[in-house]
Amino acid sequence: MRDIVQLVIRRLLLGLLTVLAVSLVIFGAVSMLPGDAAQEILGQAATPESLAALRLQLGLDQPAWLRYLHWLGGMVQGDFGTSIANGQQVSSLIGERLANTLFLAGLAAIIAVPVALVLGILAALYRNTLFDRAISALTLTAISFPEFFIAYILILFLSVNLGIFPSISNISPGTEFWERVYRSLLPAAALSLAVIAHIMRMTRAALVNLLGLPYIEMARLKGATPRRAVVVHALPNAVAPIVTVVALNLAYLITGVVIVETVFVYPGIGKLLVDSVSKRDLPVVQAVCLITSLAYILLNLLADVVAIISDPRLMHPR
Amino acid sequence: MSRAFRLLRTMPPSALVGAAVILLYVLVAVFAPVIAPYPEREVVGAQYLEWSSEFPLGTDSLGRDMLSRLIYGARNTIAIAFLATTLAFVLGAVLGLLAAVLRGWVDQVLSRIVDVVMAIPGLIFILLLLSVFGTSITTLVLIIAILDSTRVFRLTRAVAFGIVALDYVEAARVRGEGILWVMRREILPNAMPPLVAEYGMRFCFVFLTIAALSFLGLGIQPPAADWGSMVRENATLITFGDITPLLPAAAIALLTVAVNFVVDWMLHLSSGLKE
Amino acid sequence: MGDMRDDKPLLEIRGLKVEGRTGEEWRPIIKGVDLTLRRGEVLGLIGESGAGKSTLGLAAMGFRRDGCRFAGGTVHFDGIELTHASHQVRRGLRSSRIAYVAQSAAASFNPAYRLIRQHAEFPVLRGLMTRDEAEADAVKLYRRMQLPNPEEIGFRYPHQVSGGQLQRAMTAMAMGCRPELIIFDEPTTALDVTTQLEVLSAIRDAVQSFGTAAIYVTHDLAVVAQMADRIMVLLKGETVEEAPTRDMLAAPREDYTKSLWAVRSFRAPEKTGAGAPLVEVRQVNAAYGATPVLRNITVPFREGRTTAVVGESGSGKSTLARAIMGLLPPVSGHVRLSGKELPRRYQDRSREELRQTQVIYQMADTALNPRQKIGEIIGRPIEFYLGADRRTREAKVRGLLEDIELDPAEYIDRYPSELSGGQKQRIGIARALAAEPRFIICDEVTSALDQLVAEGILKLLTRLQAERNLTYMFITHDIATVRAIADDVVVMRNGEVVAAGTKEQVLSPPFHPYTELLLDSVPEMDPDWLTRRRPAGAPGP
Repeated sequence: MRDIVQLVIRRLLLGLLTVLAVSLVIFGAVSMLPGDAAQEILGQAATPESLAALRLQLGLDQPAWLRYLHWLGGMVQGDFGTSIANGQQVSSLIGERLANTLFLAGLAAIIAVPVALVLGILAALYRNTLFDRAISALTLTAISFPEFFIAYILILFLSVNLGIFPSISNISPGTEFWERVYRSLLPAAALSLAVIAHIMRMTRAALVNLLGLPYIEMARLKGATPRRAVVVHALPNAVAPIVTVVALNLAYLITGVVIVETVFVYPGIGKLLVDSVSKRDLPVVQAVCLITSLAYILLNLLADVVAIISDPRLMHPR
Repeated sequence: MSRAFRLLRTMPPSALVGAAVILLYVLVAVFAPVIAPYPEREVVGAQYLEWSSEFPLGTDSLGRDMLSRLIYGARNTIAIAFLATTLAFVLGAVLGLLAAVLRGWVDQVLSRIVDVVMAIPGLIFILLLLSVFGTSITTLVLIIAILDSTRVFRLTRAVAFGIVALDYVEAARVRGEGILWVMRREILPNAMPPLVAEYGMRFCFVFLTIAALSFLGLGIQPPAADWGSMVRENATLITFGDITPLLPAAAIALLTVAVNFVVDWMLHLSSGLKE
Repeated sequence: MGDMRDDKPLLEIRGLKVEGRTGEEWRPIIKGVDLTLRRGEVLGLIGESGAGKSTLGLAAMGFRRDGCRFAGGTVHFDGIELTHASHQVRRGLRSSRIAYVAQSAAASFNPAYRLIRQHAEFPVLRGLMTRDEAEADAVKLYRRMQLPNPEEIGFRYPHQVSGGQLQRAMTAMAMGCRPELIIFDEPTTALDVTTQLEVLSAIRDAVQSFGTAAIYVTHDLAVVAQMADRIMVLLKGETVEEAPTRDMLAAPREDYTKSLWAVRSFRAPEKTGAGAPLVEVRQVNAAYGATPVLRNITVPFREGRTTAVVGESGSGKSTLARAIMGLLPPVSGHVRLSGKELPRRYQDRSREELRQTQVIYQMADTALNPRQKIGEIIGRPIEFYLGADRRTREAKVRGLLEDIELDPAEYIDRYPSELSGGQKQRIGIARALAAEPRFIICDEVTSALDQLVAEGILKLLTRLQAERNLTYMFITHDIATVRAIADDVVVMRNGEVVAAGTKEQVLSPPFHPYTELLLDSVPEMDPDWLTRRRPAGAPGP
């Protein structure tokens, strides 16, 4: 038992270390900007005096590592700096949009995960049949499509032609829950298609691998029905790889929102990021980058911890 | 030559079609100036014209011929994706091989760096770097190449580790062969199948990423014809039920599907799966 | 026991044909085999790899692996025809009337459940016992199998139990429903020879006391001599010969059977005089990180002679080879070549020093680069060490191919995947010879080969040694091989040398206790050997 606790703690610490390293990289990348932030903000209106004053105000006279620590310290307290584009607090810009994006991602995950798991398990059980080959070809096609393609196709058919769903998701803080769901369904569907395809393929692969192991054949040789071999013998050993697959693939949602929110004009941090990049609003870009990395690292952490916990060799050491 | 023909006969229809499509795209990209009816950036008619015999796919938001821009788009998009992928691949593969052969601190340092870079979601990191360094073609290619090389690194390292563990590599090293010789003659030839498949997958990923960036207005800049930005420029047509803006998107999708089918077949071959 | 047996056969196989699929083609694995088994009888199925013995054993249960199909003939178990029976009928027989013991118990137990739960699964499912009864019966069977701590061992997980114990637990599990027939599929092949003895005696006792019929599949002649009442020899899917054990051992009829039996009789010619040591290992201590793996090893390898280094897995014999080669630099002590001390790491050795010491590996599949032609594989050491030009090189490669008894014209442009295991091993030998070394380390070079092929390799190595005055370090775990070709013997255990000297000194009494244990554990071609070593256990069910 103690081994597991040690391993998990070590993994958590590693995750923390990674977050710190990532924050360093992000800060470092931004510091490489030719020219500086003060110049960016004042632009044409810059005079040497106003530049100097702004630099002092922004703390640009301090050495890089001090600035880094200030930035990091600020973020831990929830202060992400000020937006260059509109002077607002970055945290307030992000706050509501982050909630929206989480809602959208959550909706997509709720749709995608069960569908993908069922399809993946069925494909593994009926492998090499027509069903399996068809699903395989379909998913391969789905992961090849650019996300904006899928999004526009959905809009074309379900919104423009059939008029079932709105093509623009305008939700606001006041929108009632089910209305929100309705307006977010199309973007959620666009998001989940790619995720379904990835999870399904990897689940199938993991299961097929498992079903080829000697102890499954042994179960059959003992006289187990195919159902018993799968449910009693294979499934308990499949939980770990499947959870790992799901956790890792949910990470696709993070990059998927960027495109999908743009197409559907959904007020989330993906759209915020894109807008900020074109305006070169670096504090916002930095903050969004760090938050999404955090989510990414957390998901990977979850996958690793599940893998550690479910290994019987660690649960019951020699 | 006969070996190539034997190989062709073992390919399933999906892979064959895929290979044919890839060939078609390459030809279009190479011979674009010869094939396209109109120049890439010239305004030749009114905006948003319908499909006609004069303009087989109509005109775009500025009055340029869609078909010609689609054809030139092949050249621009594929060329840049190819360049970025090759750069990423060379960088990642060489470093991956070194990490597997030298091991020790070289491997540790490289792997940690790659771990940290890969902890930041790809597209988002690219956006960050673009906002810092600007969106010229050179920066675009370099940024994508460096970031994507991390995945190539991981795969090459894993494959090479598996090979380095085999006795024939040890036999060569104990003989006294130099590291470069071992990498070139013992490891690389045996790593080719999974590496080639990986090249295909990287190409798809890079290709889609560039298209996505252009779609967001941050990739290849107008007036160059590029499939991603063409979708964006003509997006309003969708609301009128016109599928024209979907054509460049479909062009992207078709190439990626084709490459994926071919890669899938290669993976089946190299792993010798007995499902 | 004879008149207690029902005269009607329990298992009757007639003209059985089984095919296997590779890619799109179906190839025959079993080409028309007849087999009869009475109740309580043990039949030994023996043959080399690829003979079809496992497939035949499984077919006796009406089971075929994925990618195999029944192509003709019949299998009757107690009157029930199995090749065309429904899945239900065949499944119903398993565990309760026919059971299977696999080659690797470690891989065949489900890692997620305790042993006793897996044991009790089918006795309960078939309605023969309640859960508690099944678990109590399991403990009884574990005791009969002479497992340590029979009351609590069942409550462990597979990974918490050692290989030999797992194999016995799997046999106990097979006995759970008291089946009438058990198929044993090479159950001791993967075990150390000292562990094998316990498992063999446990199996034999259980089978005899329950009066279970059994089919015992193995490639080891001595083992089959202990366990079987009758022996059937298979070659490439066909029966070569079948007879009661004692008859077959005394007078085999067919040539193939005779050649199998004769395998263990090869003896390398005696050598006179103890030469000076060519390679000397002096007080070497080595470790992997903090764990010591070699302790104070001192071994002389005399010139022109074969020094066998023998021990079980984990004894450190391969580790010693790595220390000599410079792959595992010793913590203290050194290795000398022709009196001169060698640098500890191979990277620090001169090309000439490296040239004189060559290695032949155990698994020819991983020892040869699959992407290089045979000519290249053999030619590279010549190019690298001797700097010969193209023509000289090619001439030497051809010469070497002839030395290893392969036709140069046919093999020089082939790839390793086109060759058989024995041929690949010969290429490995040629590659080692190409450097014109004086000292060759043979690391378990015959352990992965069938007995006939292995004997060919041993003869080849002996001939080459005489022609070129080579010195061999011959690593093996098989005493029979040691008897065949060793001049000097070193016995290792747990990283230490426990006995050393000439073959006569080490392998004749008085013995070091461990040497005695090793020698005792090796089955001999005498059906009574097991009974003498381990008299029958407790009687009764």
